[in-house]
Amino acid sequence: MSTAKVATASTTLKRKTAQDAAPVAETAEELIDLFVDAPLSEEEDEEGSDNSSSSADEEEQDGGVEENGERETDEVEKESDDEDEDGESDDSSEYSDLGEEDSSNEEESETEDGTAEEKPEKGLSKKRSSEKTAADISPASPVAGPSKPAAETDVHAVRADPAEYDIDSSDEEDLRNTIGNVPMEWYNDYPHLGYDWEGKKILKPAKGDELDRFLKRMDDPEFWKTVHDKSTGQDVVLSNEDVDLIMRLQQGKLTGQGDPYEPYEDVFSGEVMKTSLVTRPPHKRSFIPSLLEKEKVGKLVHAIKMGWIKPWKPQTDSTEEPEPQFYALWEKEKTEDPQSKSARARERNATKAPKMKLPGHAESYNPPPEYLLTDEEKKKRLEQDPEDRTLDFVPRSYPSMRLTPSWMPLARERLDRCLDLYLCPRKTVLKVHVNPEDLIPKLPKPKDLMPFPTVQAIIYRGHTGIVRGISVHPDGQFFASGGDDSTIRIWEVSTGRCFKTFTAPDKVVSVAWCPKADVCLLAAACGNDLLFFNPEIGDKLVCSNTDRLLGELDLSVAPTGGIASFLDVNDAERAVGLRLKLRHTKKVTSISWHGKGDYFSTVAGDSGGQVVLHQLSRLRSQTPFKKLTLVQKALFHPLKPFFFVCTQRSVRIYDLSKNLLKKVLQPSCSTVSSIAIHPKGDNVLVGSYDSRLCWFDLDSSVKPYQTLRHHNNGVRQVVFHNRYPLFASCSDDGSVIISHGMVYNDLNEFPLIVPVKQLKGHIKDGESGLAVLDCQFHPHQPWIFSAGADKTIRLFV
Amino acid sequence: MGKMKKKFASGIATQYISRSQAVKRLQISLKDFRRLCILKGVYPNEPKNKKRANKGSTAVKTFYFMKDIQFLAHEPIIQKFRDFKVFVKKLKKAVVYKNPLTAQRLRRNKPVYKLDHIVKERYPAFVDAIRDLDDCLSMCFLFATLPKSRSTPERIIRMCRRLTVEFMHYVIAAKALRKVFVSIKGIYYQADIQGQTVTWIVPHAVPSYQPADVDFKIMLTFTDFYVTMLGFVNFNLYTQLNLSYPPKIAAEDDVNRADDRELVTAEENFRERISAMNQSLMTAVGTVEEEPQMDQFPAATETEASAVEQARQEFEKVKKLAALFAGKKFYLNREVPREPLVFIIRACGGECSWDRNTAFGATFDENDSAVSYQIVDRPIEKKNQLINRYYLQPQWVFDSINAREVLPIEPYLPGQKLPPHLSPFVDATGYQPSRETVILPPITERVPDIGMDEGEENVSDSDEDDASSDEESPVSNKSKDGKKEESSKPEMVVKRGAPKRVDQKHSEMVQNAEEKRMAILAMPKKRRHLYEQIMHSKKQQQKEVRKLTEKRKVIEGGGSGKKKV
Repeated sequence: MSTAKVATASTTLKRKTAQDAAPVAETAEELIDLFVDAPLSEEEDEEGSDNSSSSADEEEQDGGVEENGERETDEVEKESDDEDEDGESDDSSEYSDLGEEDSSNEEESETEDGTAEEKPEKGLSKKRSSEKTAADISPASPVAGPSKPAAETDVHAVRADPAEYDIDSSDEEDLRNTIGNVPMEWYNDYPHLGYDWEGKKILKPAKGDELDRFLKRMDDPEFWKTVHDKSTGQDVVLSNEDVDLIMRLQQGKLTGQGDPYEPYEDVFSGEVMKTSLVTRPPHKRSFIPSLLEKEKVGKLVHAIKMGWIKPWKPQTDSTEEPEPQFYALWEKEKTEDPQSKSARARERNATKAPKMKLPGHAESYNPPPEYLLTDEEKKKRLEQDPEDRTLDFVPRSYPSMRLTPSWMPLARERLDRCLDLYLCPRKTVLKVHVNPEDLIPKLPKPKDLMPFPTVQAIIYRGHTGIVRGISVHPDGQFFASGGDDSTIRIWEVSTGRCFKTFTAPDKVVSVAWCPKADVCLLAAACGNDLLFFNPEIGDKLVCSNTDRLLGELDLSVAPTGGIASFLDVNDAERAVGLRLKLRHTKKVTSISWHGKGDYFSTVAGDSGGQVVLHQLSRLRSQTPFKKLTLVQKALFHPLKPFFFVCTQRSVRIYDLSKNLLKKVLQPSCSTVSSIAIHPKGDNVLVGSYDSRLCWFDLDSSVKPYQTLRHHNNGVRQVVFHNRYPLFASCSDDGSVIISHGMVYNDLNEFPLIVPVKQLKGHIKDGESGLAVLDCQFHPHQPWIFSAGADKTIRLFV
Repeated sequence: MGKMKKKFASGIATQYISRSQAVKRLQISLKDFRRLCILKGVYPNEPKNKKRANKGSTAVKTFYFMKDIQFLAHEPIIQKFRDFKVFVKKLKKAVVYKNPLTAQRLRRNKPVYKLDHIVKERYPAFVDAIRDLDDCLSMCFLFATLPKSRSTPERIIRMCRRLTVEFMHYVIAAKALRKVFVSIKGIYYQADIQGQTVTWIVPHAVPSYQPADVDFKIMLTFTDFYVTMLGFVNFNLYTQLNLSYPPKIAAEDDVNRADDRELVTAEENFRERISAMNQSLMTAVGTVEEEPQMDQFPAATETEASAVEQARQEFEKVKKLAALFAGKKFYLNREVPREPLVFIIRACGGECSWDRNTAFGATFDENDSAVSYQIVDRPIEKKNQLINRYYLQPQWVFDSINAREVLPIEPYLPGQKLPPHLSPFVDATGYQPSRETVILPPITERVPDIGMDEGEENVSDSDEDDASSDEESPVSNKSKDGKKEESSKPEMVVKRGAPKRVDQKHSEMVQNAEEKRMAILAMPKKRRHLYEQIMHSKKQQQKEVRKLTEKRKVIEGGGSGKKKV
């Protein structure tokens, strides 16, 4: 149209606004379109009829535009050329393409609606071009804007509304619903969607059911680009442009609007103006470097220099520690890389931990059946402490490897090993690899040291209590014994016959024959008394001689009132065989005769006591060692005028001729029980209750020459043989041990001590713990008598 | 007169230091001291004279060498311990004051310490490290099976697994395995590495859980050190064997098989294949080492000659063991414990494979016609067996290695009751159990009193006892007779006398025993004690042997009886 053409030629801006106005008008039309089903429809119709003329005018105009579609675009091109020189051309051509497309689309729809429909589309595109400068375009607005179906349905309504420009504002969005920005869900329960500009309800359009929807989907080729507008309740079909725009947005491309190459306007320029805009001179500090900053920088520089601040190393995971790196640690040989002196010393002194013990057959998963524990063994194992068990596991057998379970205490075992490694004090122990046979000393064979008693020959039975003491008559035909049954028995050695039995008033502790050859006198310690018997055995002459000698004693001159006093016996006692009594103030525990048979000593006291020396011929008693208490035994030297007194821990040797203490032997044992002197007089044997025998050489030292531990229990008695180089010891362990004890005349040669025989036979008395209480050698045969707690006396030959 | 000497200013009193003093001197906590001792391998020592070391006191104390503590004082790790303490304090503060950025920064700069120098210090020569490898390996193998937890971090477990697998690869490549033993505690392996015998135990590969009564903190410190040590040892071993470290699989194309790649990443695939141990490793430089040959040595003396001959035989045996399964193909069934078997078979030159679906690294299929042995641990029916191979139970492999020869297969056929699996670590002095299978009921019968039916063979075991009893017998008999006389009047019967037979040998033996006993009595105390100790241990051993023999007799008797029925 010519008019239009003129207008465009003159002022593009005006024309633009006019074109922009068109879509707004269209939106107004649409607003009205919404009232399709409303009761206002009649009114609309009326309006439509009223405005028919104006709309016709418009239509004419539109038609003109449409006709000159191509031309118009050309004009647009021109305009754009005017506006910006080159950048726009692409976009505009794009637009022109779009326009063409649109027109082609419209040609299709023209069959129905003619030109009316096309206008809004055009308008939209124009509108967009007007918005080019705006950087951001919300996708909602173009979508919400033109709605084709609405346009289709109510074309004439648009035409009918004359007031469309009144409510229009090109900047505002197309809003027909006035409820504002509230959730549309609030209107779910109402028949309307909101209110229009006039305050009238906008009713919800009819909603088809699923079937309709399905059919629509099947039939409508544009279903895929139909969206639902919540604010209007309408389905809106997107135009191709809109789809294109959405796709561009999705792909992050330019929207196709606006100039991507707009010139840069430097608002706040970096250029220094020659003349300052303000007159104020700059402050001094603006050109003096800051001291504070200098200080701070200085500190940082120092920290960097010192290595306190390190460059930050990027780490992927802060908590994760880096994998260790391995390299050739032992690349240099030990010789090339010498250790320090201290390190070498430490290595030399180190005690290496012993390796773990290797497993035996019992640990196998399938051990030989004999290694498995029986029920009894299992029970026994359970009762044991874990430390006492030989194996720290119960051997088990599994039929196949796959059935072998994991061993739970393995971790515990490893922990124990760890603890051993770092907590257990280490010590080097030298292990002796020695053949045990080599340890046994090479001694002369006992066979070569014969004779000595080897077998038990006779058992003398008769005592009804423990036999405490025995004494063999010097001529060797008889021996006497006394015991707890308060009897003193005289036995013939060779036949085992009990010749005589004397009943004593109390338990007999010790018996001793007088060693004098021409008397037959037996002393027996019994309670506080020492009883002297004449058993009247053997040579009658000797017996009568004994009686005669005793008869000569004048008891009236005997001193009384001392520690001991001699008493005469009555006739009844004399008839039994008792000849003399020696009454002590304390209990007599032991007697021993001097070799000549005149002197004898007793020890009186309940548990060890005082030594009392007696002279039979003069009936005198004296206590020379008053200060000595706890005396166990006292003994005369066989050859010299020495007297041996055993206290609990020492043996004191007194020289009786010079009245002085000659020596104190130190047996280093707790309680001395017995003492024996070698017939030659130079060696002493001391037995003790701590199962030791000490051999002393009187010429050399007060310490034992040898300590013998032959017995397992306390030694009760030790004796030397008068003729043979033998000595014997008896003990509570029930044995009598015969040893060869050879003393040489050559003083340079040490005595030879060889145990040769262990004689057993006595049965230990369970109640008292006693076994063999006394033993005595035969005076001239290699025989030995032993008195036991089993009420027997035994002879070993 | 010279200057008075102060007491405890020299000698033992200055050579030792008690633990509490040491802690004070080092200015660290007891916990840190223990950790330090573990890492540095410092242990307490028993002083020669405790009282003097303790400066006159007899209180029970643990003593360290003064020199050791002085040595510890120079350890740079102590500073790291202190740093860590500071770090923990700072971190705590940052967390409490809610400074996440500070906390993050602190965490990033968490002090860590390296143990490389300690390894070198403790083991100046490589051989020293190998000598001390037993505990290290046992611990690493244990940790490799543990589940991840607070006390056992995943890092350590992963490292343990990696290093142990690498070590096993070394043993395979070096053919160093000598002995194996399946015990109820785990599987013991013994290898000969550079002339050193290394023994370690691997727990049975069943999922293990963490026992509650075990303090893993101490073990973790040990493992920390052991991991570092084993890493360096592995590196050295690989280098000496001309293998590339970290290990790479020789057949590259085989590694990237398509079928497995779908499921796992390339890295996982590689790791799995390495731990499958079924493929040999890549050598660093393509050189083949010559097989060492034993030279002929002229022997000077007879004993030397026998020693040389013995060494030769041993060398031959080891050589045979290394190629025991050479060229043989083993197929392992699903139920068989795979890892130990792969390890020992490959260490003896064999090849193995398994079901492709059960685990990575299978190289051939069950139907492969070249398979010579199939290891099964379940009874398998004859009709399901392929005809061109032997079906055997896994114990056969273990027993064959210990015997150093391919054993006959009959006792090991599937479903058979196996012969006993004996420990190869037991020497030939004690009781020697039979290798025969005994089919037997559980033993519950009471073992009869030893000595009742012992017979002649045991007389020699305890001639002393016998001798003593024999010696006693006349005495006791007599006493018995005497008692009889007392109690009941014997009938007066005159019997024809019989000449008494004197067993010359017996009486002589009795006499000798008596002599010996007497000689023992004459021994000095110290020697007698030693002698008694030796004899006691000997007797214990004999007793053990007798007990086992008796048990065996009972079992065999019962077994045969049952068989007859």
